[in-house]
This record gives sequence, structure tokens and C-alpha cells, in this order.
Amino acid sequence: MLRFILRRLVQLVPILLGLSILLFAWLRALPGGPAQAALGERATPEAIARYNELFGLDQPLYVQYFRFLGRAVQLDFGSSAQTGRPVTTEFLERMPGTIELTLFAMVFAIGVGIPLGYLAARKHGSWLDSTSVIGSLLGVAIPVFFLAYLLRLLFAVQLGWLPGSGRQDVRMDATRITNFYVLDGLLTREWDAAWDAVLHLVLPAIALGTIPLAIIVRITRASVLDVVNEDYVRTANAKGLATRTVRRRHILRNALLPVSTTIGLQTGLLLSGAVLTETVFAFGGVGSALRDAIFTRDFAVLQGFILLLAVVYVLVNLLVDISYGLLDPRVRVR
Amino acid sequence: MSIEAVPTGGADPGQSSVLEVEELAVTFTRRGEAATRAVDGVSFAVAAGETIGLVGESGCGKSVTSLAIMGLLPRRGVQVSGSVRFGGTELVGAADRTLRELRGADMAMVFQDPLSSLNPTVPIGTQVTEVLVEHEDLNRKQATAEAIDLLDRVGIPDPARRLKEYPHQLSGGMRQRALIAMALACSPRLLIADEPTTALDVTIQAQILELLRELVQGSGTALVMITHDLGVVAGLCDRVHVMYAGKIIESADRHDLFARPRQPYTGGLLASVPRLDAGRGTPLTPIRGSARDAIPWAEGCAFAPRCDNAQDDCLTEVSGSTVPLEYDGPGRELRCRHPLTHPPVASGATASGAAR
Amino acid sequence: MSAPTRPRPGDARRTRIDELAARAGQVPEGEGGVSLTKSAFRRLRRNPVAILGAVIVVVFLVVAAFAPFLAPRDPLAQTLLSEIRPNSIPGAQEGFPLGVDNLGRDLLSRLVYGSRQSLLIGVVSTVLGVIVGMALGVLAGAFGGWVDTVVMRFVDILLSIPSLLMAISISVLLGQNQYALMIAIAVTQIPVFARLLRGSMLVQRSSDYALAARALGVRKSRIVFGHVLPNSLSPVIVQTTLSLATAIIEAAALSFLGLGDPDLARPEWGAMLANAQAFLSIRPELAVYPALCIIVVALGFTLLGESLREALDPKFRR
Repeated sequence: MLRFILRRLVQLVPILLGLSILLFAWLRALPGGPAQAALGERATPEAIARYNELFGLDQPLYVQYFRFLGRAVQLDFGSSAQTGRPVTTEFLERMPGTIELTLFAMVFAIGVGIPLGYLAARKHGSWLDSTSVIGSLLGVAIPVFFLAYLLRLLFAVQLGWLPGSGRQDVRMDATRITNFYVLDGLLTREWDAAWDAVLHLVLPAIALGTIPLAIIVRITRASVLDVVNEDYVRTANAKGLATRTVRRRHILRNALLPVSTTIGLQTGLLLSGAVLTETVFAFGGVGSALRDAIFTRDFAVLQGFILLLAVVYVLVNLLVDISYGLLDPRVRVR
Repeated sequence: MSIEAVPTGGADPGQSSVLEVEELAVTFTRRGEAATRAVDGVSFAVAAGETIGLVGESGCGKSVTSLAIMGLLPRRGVQVSGSVRFGGTELVGAADRTLRELRGADMAMVFQDPLSSLNPTVPIGTQVTEVLVEHEDLNRKQATAEAIDLLDRVGIPDPARRLKEYPHQLSGGMRQRALIAMALACSPRLLIADEPTTALDVTIQAQILELLRELVQGSGTALVMITHDLGVVAGLCDRVHVMYAGKIIESADRHDLFARPRQPYTGGLLASVPRLDAGRGTPLTPIRGSARDAIPWAEGCAFAPRCDNAQDDCLTEVSGSTVPLEYDGPGRELRCRHPLTHPPVASGATASGAAR
Repeated sequence: MSAPTRPRPGDARRTRIDELAARAGQVPEGEGGVSLTKSAFRRLRRNPVAILGAVIVVVFLVVAAFAPFLAPRDPLAQTLLSEIRPNSIPGAQEGFPLGVDNLGRDLLSRLVYGSRQSLLIGVVSTVLGVIVGMALGVLAGAFGGWVDTVVMRFVDILLSIPSLLMAISISVLLGQNQYALMIAIAVTQIPVFARLLRGSMLVQRSSDYALAARALGVRKSRIVFGHVLPNSLSPVIVQTTLSLATAIIEAAALSFLGLGDPDLARPEWGAMLANAQAFLSIRPELAVYPALCIIVVALGFTLLGESLREALDPKFRR
């Protein structure tokens, strides 16, 4: 197992290197080049010249790339043109919010999706089955941000059941330790702060989790329908095992393999969706910052956030791979 | 061993029958399609310690018969009628609970493809012990000890280590041995083996058959062998039922069947098996067409379109009903209007008397 | 039956059996004798889901093609301006079945015309993605070896960026215009198609029929382009249909993020939806209608794609 993890880690290196080359090329190709990217659109020509000299942009490309790489490894992406603060600091401050949001969304999607997909398969052909199939098709077709707006309009603005913006009531004045607001609330025993953070997560998490939910329902259903017809399920029944054992050990366990792959594949979708959802709910995570950076053409933030998010994405996929190895003995041995 | 002149049913309708199947029929109905009758009035019996063979081409209904006996057919779109009595208990229409209690404990099954029949994500050990835990009153530790013993008995070397391995780590023969171990875990009174050697190499096939024979012989377990391979039948079965298009078309003791096949289909099956004593250059004579060419029994003999002996009355309903399965000499039954005839003393082949 | 040829009494009956046998030899659908495409098409026609999807797509195409004849008004003409207040936008009324937007333009006409732009963006970006992705996939799948390694590493790198981030990066790079939008969406589709085609080609290449062809001495290029490639295409066809849906939704997302087509002369559903968010509490219809259009069209392509997958998947062929 350890060797499996190590091998996966080694396989990451070329991907991360390639990513850095792409991003470097992207930076060079930006209108105005990296100087403009670092200094912002309104930078004066003199400032740009000074910057170019300072960072060796008159040097050959490969030298520039290695300098870029060197800085990237140290997580130095310059400072935001808007706030003037280092990009990495901003990212680390905001990432916990995005992680909280995506985790909640995933819990929602998995917690509802797997049981629903399983039930739909067991009641194959029933109204529950047809409804969940139709619902899962609809779920994929709805633009995330539109769903987010609808939820906000209905449950926050019209009904006022749940908060519709931010990560926590600003009047809370909660203590910050990790920037995971829910976790902070629990750590400091400020229960009301933690609960308030949870409430703020509900609507965005549902909006963000809907597409993965739809996909998980569909895959679980299809997978269970496949597995039920497998020979080993017949063997299990031939052994006279209790229905519960057959379902848990022989059907569900195998049916969840493709589901777990799918869940892994959803992380990219979630990060993409987070940008949109956070914007709608003015949720102070990475996504809304990225959106602001697009509007203000804050290239330093854009490049840093994109690279860092890509790294996060790659690492999450690694975790998914590893957990897949834990689930399926056949993968581990290969 | 065999009883003289039994007009109906299987070999031994007496007390010692473990399994009695009577007029078993299975019909599949799919929405928007005509119903298909996969098994159509099959009757036979198996006595304790006896081994019978159900023989036929793929699609003749032999596997469906076995699944129907075990109650493993899906509920939806399947109608089972007739009677399956197992040690006095009627299984057709029995409660799921009853069936689950019998399966694995008193009646067990070994399947064709050992790889797909084993759960890929669960260690072999768990797959063996779960039967024991379910049916015998064993805790996990006792079950593990018992499983080691079982794997050893079916000839798996180093059983303690194998318990922790997954199906993909075993060879094909080992997997089938493991499946047999699971089937025999609770010393069932009936074992159904559905083409247990088809997916294996030839050398392994012989080993597995030998193993089955040993295990069954000692214990008095009744064995139903389902196969398309007459070689398997020759080595193992006491009595043979040949099936075609869902019906038994010939029943006989093994030696009688091989010496004097009466149904042209049986004759065809035998003629299409290469024989060492046939002499060089003797051509094999395969049966024409395939099982798909069968006609419904209601329109005549299902085998008629492929039969060399077929006459016009094979295709017409002379008696107004299906070609009947009739008494055909001591211990034999036959469903055919123009059977193969054999001269009183068969040349070359062993006569039935000599075979006993 | 080694039957003699002289006519016999039972001949009529025999012919009937021969017919039966012929019918039995023919598998109900597909497999023997009937080509894959034909049987797939037959199954599609029988599938109500496929028909629903096809109807939606066809209606969408017709609306896009005949927009000038179907739209009741000029989608750019500003009317009813006097009735527009900061907190009220006129709704449905005589001559404006769905009302007007915040600039007084007829909503229905804009929706009708908007189908053109959505279709254009969807089709162009998908076709672009398919072409480049397939080229990469064929390269990797046909040559194997180091070509495969290099191409697939590149694809892996592209895949390691979440699709919306990728689209954002490219939009930022290329500036704000409709072509940038199309290219941005296309690039996110490239790795998907490359991987899909390569994977499917690998399976086909190691299949028995390809081996048999090689053993018969058929030229490699002929095997790849004559047998392997055509047989690998069905997942690509399915994915293309599904991608049309994703492309339209993604275009809307990019519009929402301010990376859409800035040309106001071209109404587009994504931009309309993004624009309408500001007036959601005053007149939600402004957002709901374009959103519905996007959802229905995306659903149409998805339904069609899913039923295509079912029809083309040999596992489903019975």
C-alpha cells in the first residue's frame, strides 16, 4: 500500500511540472506580459520597465522559467493589485471557506445520492426510480449559478429561513483559529458561532452539491443494477446468506467502486462550481475572490489562485486514487 | 444400483430420494415479448449418494432447471410451476426464508465461472466462513479453523495463507476448489454443479472432477451434474438425463446410454465426441444446425428440424399432444417416434449387459 | 435433413419449419446480420426518451434557423421605455407575450434570437474540441509507444485543471469576444475526447479481430483507420452529444463571470441570464425564461446522448 502511494506521488511530479510550464506560457502570453500581470492594468511604463529589470524578464526564456518555478515552489506569486497583500496569504485565508463549502456539498451529494440511487435500483421500474432518473437528468442540465440564485431568492430572501450571504453573521465576532469557521466555533466552544456558520453553509452547499448529487444517483443506480446480476451475487444467494449480508457485503460493496471513482471525478466540478456558487452567496472563499480578480483583471491573484487550485485538485485526486486502492484489492496489487 | 422398469419419474421414487422434481416448468415473460418456456415438464429424482447428469447443449434449459430447484431465479418475469421436493419439503412457492435456510446448508451449488462467481472485493476466507457463520452455530474463530480445514480438504495448499487472499490472486483451479469448499462447508445433502469444469484447463478439469467424486462418494451427498460434456458424464454419473429445448428427451443409466443411445440427438452428441478407439480417419459427425433451430414442442418434436431420422409424423401431432416421454426398456425412458435402433449385439461397442 | 428431393406430403410443413429455423437463427435485434448502426438506430426509434431528446433538439434547431420569421419583434429595438422604472419592468402585455427586459427589448424575440448564438457557441466549441481531441487521441491510440506517453501526459496536465478555471484562463488570455468564449470551452473538451478515443482505440487494438487482421498481414494503417478507428467511435459520438449540453451551460457560466460575449447586438441565453440576476427580485421571469431555455436544450442533448449510449453499447444489445 505504501509503495502504491509513493508511486502515485512520483507520478505527480511531471504533471505539476507541466502545469507550471503551461502557466508560465500563459503568463508570458497575457496582454502586457508578466509585469502587467504583477503590477495591474494601470501600471505605468516606467514601473513595468523597472519590474522587468528587477525580475530578469530581459533574460532568455528558460532562465525566466526557472526563476518563475523557483518562486512558485516558494509559493511566491506576488501581491494582489487590489489589496496589495501577498497572493498566497489571501489564498490560504480563503481556502478553508471553500474547503468547508465543498465538503458540505459533497456530504450532501453522497449522503443523499447513494441511498437514493440504491433505493431506485432496488425498486427498479417504480415511480421512485423514474423520478430519480428524471431528477438526475434535470440536475445536470441546470446552470449552477441559476440554481444558487433560485435557492437564495426562495429560502433566504422570500422565506427568510436561512442566511443568504457570507460565511457567518458579522455581528458574531467569533474567534478565528483555523479559518474553518465551523471548526473554529467547535474548538473555541462558541457553539452559536459554529451553528451560524453551518446555517450559512446550507444553501450554498445544496446549490453546489446538486450536480454531483444527480451524477451520484445515476451512477449508483446503474452500478447496483449491474452488480445485482453478477454471478457472485448469485453465489451469495446460493449460500443462503441473509438478505442483509448479501446486500451489504456483496452488492453494495462492489456497487460503490464505480461510485467512488465518480465522486473523485467530481472534485474538479466542485471547484468550478464553487467559483459560481460563492459569487452568488458572497461567500468569502477562493471562488468569489477569483471572480473579483476576473473583473478587476488582477492577474497576480488569477495566476496564483489558478495554480494553487490546480495543485489542490491534483492532490485531491491523489487522495481519491488512494482510497480507491483501499476499496478495491485488485487496484492495490497492480 | 438402478431399479428395474420404472414407468414414470426418475430413477428411484422410494424413500431414499433426496430430491424429486416433478413436471417442473419455467416460463420467462418479458414485457412486449412472447413468453418463452425454458423448462417444460421436467421430472427426475436423485437418491442419496447418487450422481445424475443433466446433459444438453447451451440453451436447452439445464441451468435454468438447476436455478429453479435452488430457488435462485429472479421473481420478476419468471413463472415456476410443477413440484420440487427436497427431503419432503416443497420448494416451489416456498417462502424466501425457508429457501435461504436450506440453501448453503442442505443444498448447495457450484457454478461455471469461478472468477465471476467469487466476490472480487472480499477475501476468500470471509467468503468461506460466511456460510458457516450463517448456518452453523460457529463464532468467527471456529469458522476460520473450519474454513482452513475445508480448504485443505479440497486440496488448496497453505490454506491459512489463502484465506486472506482475494479471488484474483488464485488460479482458476484454486478458485473452483474454493467455490467447492464453500458449497460443501455445511455438508449439504444435495450438491448441484453447473458446468463446474467448463471454464478450466483440461488437466484441471480432471482434477476437479476427481475431487467432486471423492467428496461426494464419502459423504452420501446427492450430486446433480449439469454439463454439455459427455466426457464428464462418462466419468462421474450413474444416471443421465438428456435435455433438449426444455424437455428431457432420453433418460438412461450411463452405460446403457453410451452403448445404445436411442434418441437421435443423444446419438448425435456421442458421434460428435472424438473417440480414441474409433480408428484413424473416421470423421466426426456433428449435429446439424444449432439449438436455435428448435421448433416449439407443440408443433412436433423440437429436434426434428435437425434430425436425420425425422419423418413426417415427427412434425405433426399424430396423437394430438406432445411427443411423450415413454418407457423404453428397463431403466430407460425415451421421447422419440423414430429412435435409433441397435442390432441385438452391437458391433464394437459394449452391449448394455457387458457394461454392468 | 439429408432429404431426397422428390416432393413428399409433408413439404408444406417443412417449409414452415425452415422459415421458423431461419427466424430463430436471426437474433431478435442486432447481432447476426444487422449492422451496428442500423440496430442502434432501430433501438433509438423505439426509445421514448430518445424521441423526446430528438424532438427538443430539432425544435431548437428549427427555432435557431428560422429566428427572423419566428420572432415577433426586433430583438434589439427598445420599446416601452417610459414604463421602465428602477423597481419595475413591464411584464407580459399586448404585443409582448413575455414582456420586455430592463432595456425595453422584447423578451420573447430575444429568446428566439438567442437560440442562434447558443447553438453557434455550443456547436463550434464542441466541434473544435472534438477535432483537436480526436486528433490527439488518434495520435496516441494509433502509434502507441512514446507518442502515446507524450500525448497522454499533455492531456493529463490539461485534465489537472478544473474545467471552469481553464476556460477562465483562456478567456482572460484571448480577451472578451465570442471567439475567445468558443475556444475557451473547446479547450476544456479536448482532454476528454483525447482520453476517450485513445482508451477506446486501445481496447479495439488489442481485440481479437485486430489481432486476426494483423495475423493475416493487413497493413497497420489499414487496420487502424479501416477497423480500429471506426469501431472506437461510438463513445465519441455519445460524448459529443453530451458535450453540446455542457458547452451551452458552460457558456452561460462564463457569461455570468463576466467573460461572455460583450457584443450587445447578439442576444445570448447565458448573457441574458447573467444580466437578469440583477433584476431577479423585481422580475424573476427575465432570468427564469433564458434559464429554462438552457435547461430544456441541455436536457434535450443529454437525453439524446444517454439514449445513444444505450443504443450503441453492446452490453445493452439483446
